[in-house]
Amino acid sequence: MCLSVPGKIIKVNKNMAQVEVGGFLREISLDLCPEVSIGEYVLIHAGFAIQKVDEKEAEETLEILKKMAELS
Amino acid sequence: MKFIDEFRNKEIAEGLIKKIRKTSTRPIQLMEVCGTHTVSIFRYGIRGILPEPIRLISGPGCPVCVTPNEDIDLAIALSRQKDTILTTFGDMMRVPGSTSSLQKEKAEGGNIQVIYSPLEALKIAKEHPKKKVIFFAIGFETTSPTIAVAILQTKKEGLKNLFFLNSQKRVPQALFALLQAHTVKIDGFILPGHVSTIIGIKPYQFIAKDFGRPAVITGFEPLDILQGILMLVQQIEENHSTIEIQYRRTVREEGNPLALKKIEEVFERDESRWRGLGLIPDTGYRFKDSFKEMDARGFDIKVEPTREHPECLCGGVLQGIKTPFECALFKRICNPENPVGPCMVSIEGTCHTYYRFA
Repeated sequence: MCLSVPGKIIKVNKNMAQVEVGGFLREISLDLCPEVSIGEYVLIHAGFAIQKVDEKEAEETLEILKKMAELS
Repeated sequence: MKFIDEFRNKEIAEGLIKKIRKTSTRPIQLMEVCGTHTVSIFRYGIRGILPEPIRLISGPGCPVCVTPNEDIDLAIALSRQKDTILTTFGDMMRVPGSTSSLQKEKAEGGNIQVIYSPLEALKIAKEHPKKKVIFFAIGFETTSPTIAVAILQTKKEGLKNLFFLNSQKRVPQALFALLQAHTVKIDGFILPGHVSTIIGIKPYQFIAKDFGRPAVITGFEPLDILQGILMLVQQIEENHSTIEIQYRRTVREEGNPLALKKIEEVFERDESRWRGLGLIPDTGYRFKDSFKEMDARGFDIKVEPTREHPECLCGGVLQGIKTPFECALFKRICNPENPVGPCMVSIEGTCHTYYRFA
C-alpha cells in the first residue's frame, strides 16, 4: 500500500502540479513537497508528491552499485 | 521509466549476487518489513538466487493486513448507517471482517466508494452536503501525511459532513515489539523505503543501539534490494550494527519534515491494535482535541462481536513466525478469489505473494 512511483513535473499551478508517469498525465497535490520545478522528478503517493527524487544521488548509487558489482 | 529501469540492470545484478556469495559466511535471517519489498523479492526471484545461509522472512508491513477485524467491522457498521457514504482505498474492499466485507456491503446496496487520494473524500463530501461521508483512513507513515492534509483542508473549508475512521499505524515501534518478543530470529532488517521517505532514519536508531542489529533503508527495484542485502551482510560479517540508507535518491536523513509537521498538527501518538501482534504502544494516532469532531469513532453505533477464522494463520505470518505453507487453508480453501484472511486479499500480503509466485 505504500507503493509510490516517480513522476516528472510538467506544469505547476499554485499547490497543484501536472505530472507525467509512464506516459500518462496526472494531477497531484504539492502540499507535502512544495518546492519543485518543471522537469524535476517527485515520488507520488495517494495523489501527493511526497518527496523530490534526487537525480545526483541516483547517479551516485548507480556508480556505487557498479563498483560493488566489480564492473568498473 | 526513469529511476526504475536503471535499477533493473542484469549485469550489475549478477555482479552483486556474486559479491553477496563471496561475502556471506554465516547463516542469517533478514526480515523485509514491507509488503512492497516482499512482492519485488518474489517477482525477481531474489530468494532463489541468494546463497543458502541467507534467509529472508516477510514482516508486518502491509497496512491492509494488520488492520484488525474490529476496525473492519466498525467500518462496515458505519457504512450501514442511514445517509452515509463510506469511502476507502480499494485495497480494503475485499478484506473480510467478522461476517461481511465492504465489497459484500456494496453489492447489497451499501454506499461505498473507492478513492485513490484522501482529497477525493472532500470532493465527495462537498457534492453530497446532506450525507455523512466517512473515510476509512488506513496506512503507514507514507500515507498519514496525505490523510492529515485532507483533515486540515476539511477544517479550513468548514466542511461539517466529513469524518475519518482512523486506523493508521506507525512502523518503528512495531519492530521494537517484534525484537522484544524474541519469537523470531532477526539478524537484520530491510527497512521500508517509502515509510522512511517521510520519517527519515532517526526513529530506527533503537534497532542498532538497543538490540545490536543492523538495518538498511532500501528501495524497491531489484538492484536496490540486492544492494540492501549486501550492505546488511557486510555489516553482519564485520560485527557492525548501524542504520544505513541504500535508497538515497528519495530518503533523506531527516525524512520529510513538512509531512511530519502535518501529521503532528492533527494527531497525537497512541497505542494501536495490530492483527497478529496485538496492542502495541506508540504505534498509532488519535485525533488532537481540536479535530475530534471529525473522529468517526465518536458515533454511537452497535458493532457486531469480533470473530476470526480459527484456522487462519495471518497473525503468525505477519510476525514472521509462520509461512503460508504451514496454513491448512492456504491454496485449499483460501485463495485470491476467495480469501479467508487479509494476507491473501492485499496484493502486497504475504499469502497473496506466495500464492502468485512461490
